[in-house]
Amino acid sequence: MELDARIPEGPIEQKWTKHRFNMKLVNPANKRKYTVIVVGSGLAGGAAAASLAELGYNVKCFCYQDSPRRAHSIAAQGGINAAKNYQNDGDSTFRLFFDTVKGGDFRAREANVFRLAEVSGAIIDHCVAQGVPFAREYGGLLDNRSFGGAQVSRTFYARGQTGQQLLLGAYSSLSRQIALRNVKMFPRTEMLDLVVVDGRARGIVVRDMVTGAVSSHAGDAVILATGGYGNVFYLSTNAKGCNVSALWRAHKRGALFANPCFTQIHPTCIPVTGDHQSKLTLMSESLRNDGRIWVPANKGDKRSPDVIPEPERDYYLERRFPTFGNLVPRDVASRAAKAVCDEGRGVGKTGYGVYLDFRDSLARQGEDVIREKYGNLFHMYKKITAENPYRVPMRIYPAIHYAMGGLWVDYNLMSNVDGLFVAGEANFSDHGANRLGASALMQGLADGYFILPYTVSDYCARKGASKVAEDHAGFKGAEAEVRDRTSKLLAVKGERSPDSLHKELGKLLWEHCGMARNETGLRKCLAEIPRIRDEFAKNLRVTGADAELNQTLEKAGRVADFIDFAELLVKDALERKESCGCHLREESQTEEGEPLRDDKNHAHVAAWEWTGGLEPKLHKEPLKFEHVALVQRSYK
Amino acid sequence: MDFKLKVWRQRGAGDKGAFANYDAKDISPDTSFLEMLDIVNERLIAKGEEPFAFDHDCREGICGTCGCMVNGYAHGHQGGTTLCQFHMREFQDGETIWIEPFRAKAFPVIRDLVVDRGAFDKIVQAGGYISVRTGSAPDGNAVPVPKDDAERSMDAAACIGCGACVAACPNASAMLFTSGKIAQFARLPQGQPERIDRVRHMVAAMEQAGFGACTNHAECEAACPKELKLDCIAQMNRDLIKAALVK
Repeated sequence: MELDARIPEGPIEQKWTKHRFNMKLVNPANKRKYTVIVVGSGLAGGAAAASLAELGYNVKCFCYQDSPRRAHSIAAQGGINAAKNYQNDGDSTFRLFFDTVKGGDFRAREANVFRLAEVSGAIIDHCVAQGVPFAREYGGLLDNRSFGGAQVSRTFYARGQTGQQLLLGAYSSLSRQIALRNVKMFPRTEMLDLVVVDGRARGIVVRDMVTGAVSSHAGDAVILATGGYGNVFYLSTNAKGCNVSALWRAHKRGALFANPCFTQIHPTCIPVTGDHQSKLTLMSESLRNDGRIWVPANKGDKRSPDVIPEPERDYYLERRFPTFGNLVPRDVASRAAKAVCDEGRGVGKTGYGVYLDFRDSLARQGEDVIREKYGNLFHMYKKITAENPYRVPMRIYPAIHYAMGGLWVDYNLMSNVDGLFVAGEANFSDHGANRLGASALMQGLADGYFILPYTVSDYCARKGASKVAEDHAGFKGAEAEVRDRTSKLLAVKGERSPDSLHKELGKLLWEHCGMARNETGLRKCLAEIPRIRDEFAKNLRVTGADAELNQTLEKAGRVADFIDFAELLVKDALERKESCGCHLREESQTEEGEPLRDDKNHAHVAAWEWTGGLEPKLHKEPLKFEHVALVQRSYK
Repeated sequence: MDFKLKVWRQRGAGDKGAFANYDAKDISPDTSFLEMLDIVNERLIAKGEEPFAFDHDCREGICGTCGCMVNGYAHGHQGGTTLCQFHMREFQDGETIWIEPFRAKAFPVIRDLVVDRGAFDKIVQAGGYISVRTGSAPDGNAVPVPKDDAERSMDAAACIGCGACVAACPNASAMLFTSGKIAQFARLPQGQPERIDRVRHMVAAMEQAGFGACTNHAECEAACPKELKLDCIAQMNRDLIKAALVK
């Protein structure tokens, strides 16, 4: 199989403009003859569904939540990047592009990233027009803050609830289109299969999560905007419902899975307290603007932080990275935290935590200013830990947060399966091996508002409207497989709940394929996963029945896919023998213990093909860097 | 810690439903309320019994999916919190805890503690938006917004659509929810062109969905996990009166 990224010819700053001009258009009156299926209603899916409907397409949108307003984009806290240069601090499209490629440790496609930076400004304009209450300065203009991996202030925000406000903006546009009957919305509906007819994605099979009814939906194009797979680790900052099933189903129908081992570990999360823990809570990276990260300089110093004098504190990020200090990129900050904890200098009951201290900022700026910037985050921290961060430093530790990997897509965001588009966190395209803070919101909305409406239109125009009936054999066959899988899950009647198996899988992955990876650990992981799969097949217990709301059954289906997917993730980690971005291979480090990239052998996208359960087949898309020089990343 | 739970079990909208008794033993005080429910459910599955269904997703207090009545309080008695961020350390050891779904005519029970809040989506669809087509916006800084207006808009926009306001209200009114969206837009220049129609249509949709009217109990404000204020309702009522005077 040849991987063609379909990157348009010409200078990078003209590619998107020229490409749009070369696109075919659908006559306004004919658009309603096309049906576009959108799975997921977060920033990417919600924005795409609303924008395509505004153009006149007939859209069907699906989400597993009870309302499209609840997609997990809502939980993004800190902000959204855009190269507006409102601060007059030297920002530009090219600088945002450069920072993103470098931040991603040179494992993203230049042309895609440039386009992302190019449309970033229009996102802010659109969201302001939608009534998103962004933070403002006293003169009434938009305020900015700084995020990791950048030396300019380009992050727009709405307190600590930026994701919520942007999602509610997309949801409001989507709601307007639902009222106009341009979008038919299917909440509490889970996609369980992709239907490919004659090599072309033609629709999906879904299960109504209230009644258990399985049904088919046909269309001219399918967009998957189903988010990331971080929950494969069980504990992550993702919502409990986030899963890999839609992507995995599409993968099994032929879509290549790219760079699954690129999973971002966020440095500032509330540490784990015990086995009861069901998820990890993020504290926004924006806190690193004003908080200073430190641990005691001496091993085993269990004194309360307020009595540890200044010389006995180690502000290790400021010490090791004087230029970027507390604002180094996420992967760098996470590894540094792990390193000091592994040395025995971690804080809190478990020793797996570091301080994020606001003492100096509180003294300098006053409590009111800090409250205005981060009030809700401090409030949330206090709720969860019963400690007051205005008085004592926060304790934080890294946690799984975001998946840079995802289904392989070309420049048009179309996968290798004709007519199957993938957007937002679900695709692999823009963040390389590490995503910079405040770039997920930017990418989700760029894909949904400003890229898919063009590329899906072009696809429709080139194909012409044609229908495959929902009683076509392709649909009926997929429906039968879905029903069969469900009844098999119910029929095992063993003794273990889906959650207990999921926890076991997550622990295994976190231990051997988490913040640091090596061949021995990865091989051990690969040896263990089949045992968990076997246990799942023989000893799973799903209570209740199919034809009702059955949350245990939903979980079981998702865990089954997580188990299969985990194997691919580990294989990808094993295959990528270099360290890059979030992916640290212990065998590949500099003498100072910094991660060492291997551009000679690994400057490619690893795209995996499903081979019916046999060894997956690896395809490589070489990455060319014509505008950003390949250098060892340094934030010193 | 040990607790005795009285949990509402109901198979579906047509079923009558009743409380069932469960023990929740050996619970760490650091456990969140939903994690406590997870533990009880895992133990039920281990015994071969059906766990009770409850809605939840982000578990960080922002998606608005979770929510039950806990000892008669929406999201529990702590105030300013969602159920997912409410921790067992807020209870006394040995306490009996009554857990029920949010109850309102407009929120039919789907199963156990899960209710259908689709009526909220209908209210937003009736006018909870600014009609702006993708691609048609002017520059983000073209229209300055006074900082105070932006802040007050954000206060109203913080609503997570959980439905606690409805569940807490003796009239099952959705006025705090509806007025939050109306106030968010009323306080911004971008919201002005459709201001009158918005309040008319959203209030009509709210009434049509079967929610009651506001009689100033202010239970909604006390229950709101995001601490929306009654001034949103005042704003909505003012705009509604204005709407009555405009053609």
